[in-house]
Amino acid sequence: MSPHTTVDLVDTLVILIYLGAIGYLGWLGWKGTRTASDFLLAGRGAHPVVMAISYGATFISTSAIVGFGGVAGMFGMSLLWLTFLNIAVGIFVAFVVLGEPTRRIGHHLGAHTFPELLGLRYQSKGIQVFAGALLFLFMPLYIAAVMTGGAVFAASQFGIDFEVALLIFSLLTAAYVIPGGLKAVMYTDTLQGVIMIFGMAFLLWFTYDSLGGVGDAHRALTDMADLVPKPLADIGHRGWTAMPAFGWGAKSYDLWWTVVTSIMIGVGIGVLAQPQLIVRFMTVRSRRELDRAVPAGALFILLMVGTPYVVGSLSNVWFARNGPLLSGRVVQTLDAGRGHALVELVRENDAGRWQAVLDGKTGKPVKAPLVVSARQPAVDADGHPFERVSGRSIALVYGKGQADQIMPAYITSALPHWFGLLFFLTLLSAAMSTLSSQFHTLGTAAGRDLWEQLTGKPGGSQPSLKVIRLAILAGLLVSVALAYTVRDEYVIARFTAIFFGLCAATFMPAYIGGLFSRRITRAGAVASMVVGLAASLFWLLFMKAKEAGALGLVKWLTGGHSSLVEDLPNWPVVDAIVVALPLSILTAILVSAVTRPPDAAHLARCFPERRA
Amino acid sequence: MLGIDDPMIWLAYVACLVATALCVAYGLVRRNRAGDELTQEDRAWAVVDRQVEDEL
Repeated sequence: MSPHTTVDLVDTLVILIYLGAIGYLGWLGWKGTRTASDFLLAGRGAHPVVMAISYGATFISTSAIVGFGGVAGMFGMSLLWLTFLNIAVGIFVAFVVLGEPTRRIGHHLGAHTFPELLGLRYQSKGIQVFAGALLFLFMPLYIAAVMTGGAVFAASQFGIDFEVALLIFSLLTAAYVIPGGLKAVMYTDTLQGVIMIFGMAFLLWFTYDSLGGVGDAHRALTDMADLVPKPLADIGHRGWTAMPAFGWGAKSYDLWWTVVTSIMIGVGIGVLAQPQLIVRFMTVRSRRELDRAVPAGALFILLMVGTPYVVGSLSNVWFARNGPLLSGRVVQTLDAGRGHALVELVRENDAGRWQAVLDGKTGKPVKAPLVVSARQPAVDADGHPFERVSGRSIALVYGKGQADQIMPAYITSALPHWFGLLFFLTLLSAAMSTLSSQFHTLGTAAGRDLWEQLTGKPGGSQPSLKVIRLAILAGLLVSVALAYTVRDEYVIARFTAIFFGLCAATFMPAYIGGLFSRRITRAGAVASMVVGLAASLFWLLFMKAKEAGALGLVKWLTGGHSSLVEDLPNWPVVDAIVVALPLSILTAILVSAVTRPPDAAHLARCFPERRA
Repeated sequence: MLGIDDPMIWLAYVACLVATALCVAYGLVRRNRAGDELTQEDRAWAVVDRQVEDEL
């Protein structure tokens, strides 16, 4: 499909220069005043724009750009509600409501990791160990999502196998995070953020410009609603510029529940409980710095997430106008006036006859919606004459049925080769800035929160450092194994949503309650964390069909069903967070209400400002 | 509106822009309102944090 899928000398040079620049900034980070703590020690804060971009670059990864961008290509612009949540919740609420209390309480108690913040707030080593263990065990899911996003694009851009791209991406990651990328060097994150800004700004401009402007591009997408594939239309897809059908009690509402509960709530709200983002607030100088960072943070997120969701959706228009020509036999005319038809795809064999393209999994002919541009007589494989139509289809068809392939297919097909390279650097930047924080969280969880708490060995000692290195290596290997093994549909977005949902249900009541409430107790926090995690895992293992079916335990127990509620409509697609988070909140409130309040001296340490 | 018929979608589109504009306005209005003191506690925290970072 792609006209330019090779790695030439210029590509190699540009990538090496980029890696050299990142390596140089990382090296400077080791030597001088470059991390947020260094800035604090120097008596000043990092510039708010630097802080905001650094935060944004950690927040946004290949998962958002490739994974969720691809989901937008499949489900449409309803994902813009996630962009709204990312700005309103992920930036405004996080910076304005949670940022300062987190910074203050973290400094009062001397916390340096998220599990440590919870542990010190509730005077419980058990909470710190529990949170550290959870992060150590589940962070690889999110890491795998980020690595898959990068590898999928590299495979498409450079015409290499996914497995090779994943291996290269893993080695790059190891080379980045093991020697020094773990140190959160503000300038490295900022350089990566700036590259991301250029990449996404051009992508947005190019897409709108090539489709005739904002209004025309959207109108063209609106007019393609009848091209939605039947399996998606059956679950409520009503076009790429329409919300899925809303209701309860029928399969035709499944998409609404998928989009709203998994994607919007899971990720949009779940971001508030992301440990690698929360610890960033502790490195901020003051409330004023947080306030000043809000505008840059919001603009950055608007561009970084708004662009892929809009572009992913609009890629359908681009492919329908300019994608490679496909041939087929008409099965159903969708709109005669516009030449929209559902066809069974055919391809020419060596004998010059046209045979059906078969689905690799089902063995059945592949059907695709087509914007017909030509009709010609042809002969099928059995020698029967038929009318062969040719034309172009929607993004999902060019992504070979996988949402994760849509953005790579669009970039390599639609944009100039130099942009593919810039976009690769954009993705590399997005991936590396997020990966460094993920491995930082994973490493400190294993070393500071698990090993040091369980053994009583001091930080910085040889055993502790070995544990951190081993944990990072193990995390990398598990992540690569996950990315290698699970290649299905929109796995990048799903892995991300699972991790965000787990963190939200497990940590959010204890974290937010701990920041604002003097009444929440240790028992309340422990109970809410256990209930949040247990409910999430139960839902993933037994209720949510996609995850439970893939994990297999429920199939084994029920003799083949992918969910305990398989026969009930909508329940199998509802995300765990919708059930687990309310349960976790309720547990925190109820258990705190019936247990002894924390002692006054400890509360005075946590909230010295409130003493008066 | 904007070539989009479903009000829930163009509302989302506009809401993204409005939310960003409000964030920008908030940052400008609050630019110098909040305190900006660096306390001894903040410095002590940063010293330990640098040690934690260096250990990694």
